[in-house]
Amino acid sequence: MNRRLFSAFAALALLFAGSATAVAQDKSIVVASTTSTQDSGLFDYLLPLFKTKTGIDVKVIAQGTGQALDTARRGDADVVFVHAKAQEEKFLSEGFGVKRYDVMYNDFVLIGPKSDPAGVKGTKDITAAFEAIRAKQAPFVSRGDKSGTHSAELKLWKEAGIDIDAAKGEWYRDIGQGMGAALNTAGAMNAYVLSDRGTWLSFKNRGDLEVVVEGDKRLFNQYGVMLVNPEKFSTVKADLGQSFIDYLVSEDGQKAISEYKIDGQQLFFPNAARDPS
Amino acid sequence: MSGSLGAWEMIVSGDATLYAIVRLSLAVSLSAVAIAVLIGLPLGAVLALTRFRARTALIVLLNGFMGLPPVVVGLTVFLLLSRSGPLGVFGILFTPLAMVIAQALLVVPIIASLSRQTIEDLWHEYRDELTAMNVGPVGRMSTLLWDSRFSLLTALLAAFGRAAAEVGTVMIVGGNIDGFTRTMTTTIALETSKGNLPLAMGLGIILIALIVAINAAAWGIRVWSEQRAG
Amino acid sequence: MSSDLPVQFEGVSVQAGSTVILDDVNLSIAPGQPTMVIGPNGSGKTTLLRLCMGLSVPTTGRITWGGRDALRPGRLAMLFQRPVMLRRSVADNITYGLAKAGLSRKQRLARMEQVLSRVGLLELAGRPARRLSGGEQQRVALARALAREPELLLLDEPTASLDPAATRAVEDIITMAAQSGIKIVMASHDLGQVRRLAGEVAFLVRGRLCERAAATDFFDRPSTREAAAFVRGDLVI
Repeated sequence: MNRRLFSAFAALALLFAGSATAVAQDKSIVVASTTSTQDSGLFDYLLPLFKTKTGIDVKVIAQGTGQALDTARRGDADVVFVHAKAQEEKFLSEGFGVKRYDVMYNDFVLIGPKSDPAGVKGTKDITAAFEAIRAKQAPFVSRGDKSGTHSAELKLWKEAGIDIDAAKGEWYRDIGQGMGAALNTAGAMNAYVLSDRGTWLSFKNRGDLEVVVEGDKRLFNQYGVMLVNPEKFSTVKADLGQSFIDYLVSEDGQKAISEYKIDGQQLFFPNAARDPS
Repeated sequence: MSGSLGAWEMIVSGDATLYAIVRLSLAVSLSAVAIAVLIGLPLGAVLALTRFRARTALIVLLNGFMGLPPVVVGLTVFLLLSRSGPLGVFGILFTPLAMVIAQALLVVPIIASLSRQTIEDLWHEYRDELTAMNVGPVGRMSTLLWDSRFSLLTALLAAFGRAAAEVGTVMIVGGNIDGFTRTMTTTIALETSKGNLPLAMGLGIILIALIVAINAAAWGIRVWSEQRAG
Repeated sequence: MSSDLPVQFEGVSVQAGSTVILDDVNLSIAPGQPTMVIGPNGSGKTTLLRLCMGLSVPTTGRITWGGRDALRPGRLAMLFQRPVMLRRSVADNITYGLAKAGLSRKQRLARMEQVLSRVGLLELAGRPARRLSGGEQQRVALARALAREPELLLLDEPTASLDPAATRAVEDIITMAAQSGIKIVMASHDLGQVRRLAGEVAFLVRGRLCERAAATDFFDRPSTREAAAFVRGDLVI
C-alpha cells in the first residue's frame, strides 16, 4: 500500500511542478500594493480589463504601504502601487524606484460607534475630532503597521497638536494589522478608527459602526505607482511593469477607475497628471 | 469571489474560484507532505536503527521542532527565497512552490519524529527474529517501513493536517495572490479581514470537512488493509 | 556445504554488569538426539541458546561453529518464547526469509505450502499472522524456521504460554523435525515435556552447566544434589 501511496504522491508532485512551470512561462508581473486597493475590490474589477487588453497577468501582494515598499526594496516585486507620498518619495530617492506617477485618490473617513462617546458626529474638522477623542479618552484603534493609512493617522495627530506617543494610553489600541482587522477590532470594542472609504464601503461586518467624520480636505488620500528600478534588480520585468503603469494613467485606465462603484458610490477618483511627479 | 454568495451556495453552484482554491490547497499540502516523506521517513528510520553520538540530541531537536512556529518558518523561507536572499536567483518567492517548500519544512520534523518512534518500537519487537534470519540493514529498513505502514500513515495524516491547516507560512511566502497562491486558509484570513465573516466561516467548515474526509478515508484504508495483513 | 555443527563452547562466561549469567560453560552440540536445556528460571537457558544463534557474544571464552569462529547464515534457526509474527499474512511470513536463500518465486510458494501443511495450517495461509492464536502463531514460527531447512533448530520454551492441546501440536512438529534429521536444542522447565522429547539433557543451575546426561540416566540416576532435587520437584536455589 505504501508503494502505491508513494507513487500517487510522486505523480501529484510532478503534475503540480508541471502546472507551476506552465504558469511561470506566462506573461505576469508582481505588484506590491495595499490592502485598501485589494479589499475594496478595485483590483478584481480592473485587472481582468487590463489582462484582456494586454494579456498580462498581474499578481497582487496586498500589504501595508510600508511593507509593500519593503517587498519592492528586496526585489520581490516589479511594481509598487501605494498611498503614502512621503514614504514613496523616500523610496525614489534611495534609488529603488524609477518614477512616481499619481494615479487616483480616495479619501479617509473617521469611523466610530453610533453612540459617539466623543461627540464628534457631524463635524467637518478632523483635527477637532481627534482632539475630542483624546480628551474623552474614547477608544481608538490604530493600524500600527506603517501602512499608508497609519501614516495618515499619525500625521493627523500631529496636525491636531497631539504627541500621540506621549498621549497614548489604554484608550489607544495599536493592533499592527490590516484595515479589515482594524475595522473588526473597532466594531468589537466600539472604538473609533480611521479607514479609507473603499475598504469601509466594501466591509461587511459593520455592527454598530458608521462614518462620523468625512469631507475634510486633510483626509485626501493620494495613490501613486512606481516601477521598481531594473538597475537595482535585473529580475524586474520592466517592460511588462511599465505597460501596467501606462495603462493605469491612460485614458482607458482612468475611465475604468472612475467607473468602479459599490452600491452606486464611486470609490476612487482618477487624477493622473500628464507628466510624472 | 463574490462576497454576497454564501459558502454553501458556492459549493452547490460549483463556483470555479472556490474549487481552484481547494485544488491549490490540496496540491500544495499533499506535495509538501510527499517531499517531507522523502526526507522524513529515511531520517526517522536511520535514527531508529543506528546509534551515533549526536543521535539523542537530534531526536530531542526533532521532537521540539514538531511545534515549530509557522510564522518563523515562513519568515526564514521568505528571507531565503527573496530576490535579495541566497536563493533569490530562482525567483520562486510568491509562487506555489515556495509554499510547498515552507510547508514541507514545517512537517518534516513531524514525520521524522513519529516514524522514528514507530520504527524503533517495531524494531525492538523484530530485532531477534530478523537477526536470527540474517536480514541485512537494507532488508531490515524496508521490512520495518513496510510492516509499520499503518502507523506511518497516521504520521502522514498528522503532517497533512498541520500543513493544510496552517496560514502563517503560506501567507508570508505565497503572498496570497488571487488565483495563484491563494489557499483555503489565506482566503479565510482575507475574508475575515474584509468583515465577510459568514463566508470565512463557511470556508472554514469546508476546510475542516476536507481534513476529516481525508482522515476518514485513510482510516478506512487502514481498517481494510489491517484485516488483510494483520 | 560445510556444516555449522558441532557448536562448541569453550570456557564461555557471560556477565551483565556484576551479575554472572553463564559461568565457564564447556559444551558440544553435535548432530543426534534432541538436547533439552533445563534448569530453574534465571539459570541461563535463554542466554545459552542466544549464544548458539550468535545473537549474543560471550564475555570470556570462545564459541565455534563447525570449527569456525563465525556461524554461517541460514543453517540455524531459532524460535522464541513469544513468536514474532511479521505484520503480514501467514504465507508471507513463511516466504519472507526464503527470497534471500536464492529460491525462485515458484519454489518459495511450493516450500511454503509444504511446510504449512506439515504444521497443519495450510488453510490459514491467507490470514493475517498476528490474528492467529498463540498456538497457531508458534506453529507458523516453526513452519517459518523449517522452511529454511536448518541443520540446527533452537527453541526457547516455545510452549511456555500454550494450552495442552497447542503444546501437543507443537511437540509433534518438533518430534517430526527431529526424526527428519534436524538437531533440536530446546529450553524447557516442564519435566514432562523433557521426558517426552529428550534424547539428552543439559542441566543448568545459576549459570553453570551442572550435569549433562542421557535423559533416562538423568531422571533415574541424577549424579548431583541439585539435579536430584530438580527431578524430585524441589526448589533448586
